[in-house]
Amino acid sequence: MAQSSASNVTPIQGGGILPAGAVAPNFTLHVTADQTLTLSDLLGRPVILAFYPADWSPVCGDQMALYNEILPEFRKFGAELLGVSVDGVWCHAAFAGARHLHFPLLADFEPKGAVAKQYGVYRAADGICERALFVIDKKGLIAWSYRSPIAVNPGADGIIEALEDLPK
Amino acid sequence: MATLKVPVTAEDHAQGPENAEVTLVEYGDYECPHCGRAYAIVQQVQKHFGKRLRLVFRNFPLSELHPHAEAAAEVAEFAGAQGKFWEMHDRLFENQTRLGETLFVDLGEKLGLSTIALRQALEQGTFEPRVRADFKGGVRSGVNGTPTFFINGHRHDGSFDFEMLVDAIQRAMLAAKSA
Repeated sequence: MAQSSASNVTPIQGGGILPAGAVAPNFTLHVTADQTLTLSDLLGRPVILAFYPADWSPVCGDQMALYNEILPEFRKFGAELLGVSVDGVWCHAAFAGARHLHFPLLADFEPKGAVAKQYGVYRAADGICERALFVIDKKGLIAWSYRSPIAVNPGADGIIEALEDLPK
Repeated sequence: MATLKVPVTAEDHAQGPENAEVTLVEYGDYECPHCGRAYAIVQQVQKHFGKRLRLVFRNFPLSELHPHAEAAAEVAEFAGAQGKFWEMHDRLFENQTRLGETLFVDLGEKLGLSTIALRQALEQGTFEPRVRADFKGGVRSGVNGTPTFFINGHRHDGSFDFEMLVDAIQRAMLAAKSA
């Protein structure tokens, strides 16, 4: 499933999901009302970016709750997991509290969806992020990306494979 | 499409013949209400297909959401080590709103298991590695919540009501025949 990264691939402007090989666009987003996170601060370790449509999906073991359970597997690769949706910080705080999430949820809230747009995973018609995954290597290049049908929780098999395929 | 990465072996808990036309693997959590609903549906599906279907159950406890799920999975494995997996599996789902040590001991007694050994197994986490192994295998296979079903190794992404499951299994039977 994981694609090998090609260094000659450039980001697609205004097109689809950013592919493997593209530079992961840097961003700073709010994690809480008074705390922000900047992607480039995480250079030196792999990052999993999980864009998802909305907090509070009405199912057990929704995508974020699932990743929360799998967190120890991700951490074995030294990877940081970041969830991103257009929900605001207070919504994220309530959601993370209710689901006991142990990783940051970033608010792509103002300007709405700006980071999702940069990664080519914003659904303008619905005003939400796609369900899309990126594994970013320690140098800040996208090593693997995947957009799931919006109603299908993609699980974590692709993420684990991509982490395994990263150069040691 | 996500596929089952850990093949079904003799180590698995299975109901139905090894050479059944279709193997349905369920990754489930005893405390998950959706799995509780699926429990009754899967029984109907088994009745519908009879010996043409083999059912395998693997553990996927979502412990952050369900505080008793891990212990319940270990209790089922404890019973399984003594040949009573499915008896315990069924009773756990039938009593899923009452999960906890009182119920575990009570069910152990009813099934004629040593409750001292059961308590000890829980305290020492004897069956934790087995449950973890199921969980990790599930992650690699693309389990995306509970329950997740695999039909002849392919993840079933549709809903799991009776008609949908029967339809998907029938399609897998046809595919197996034409292969």
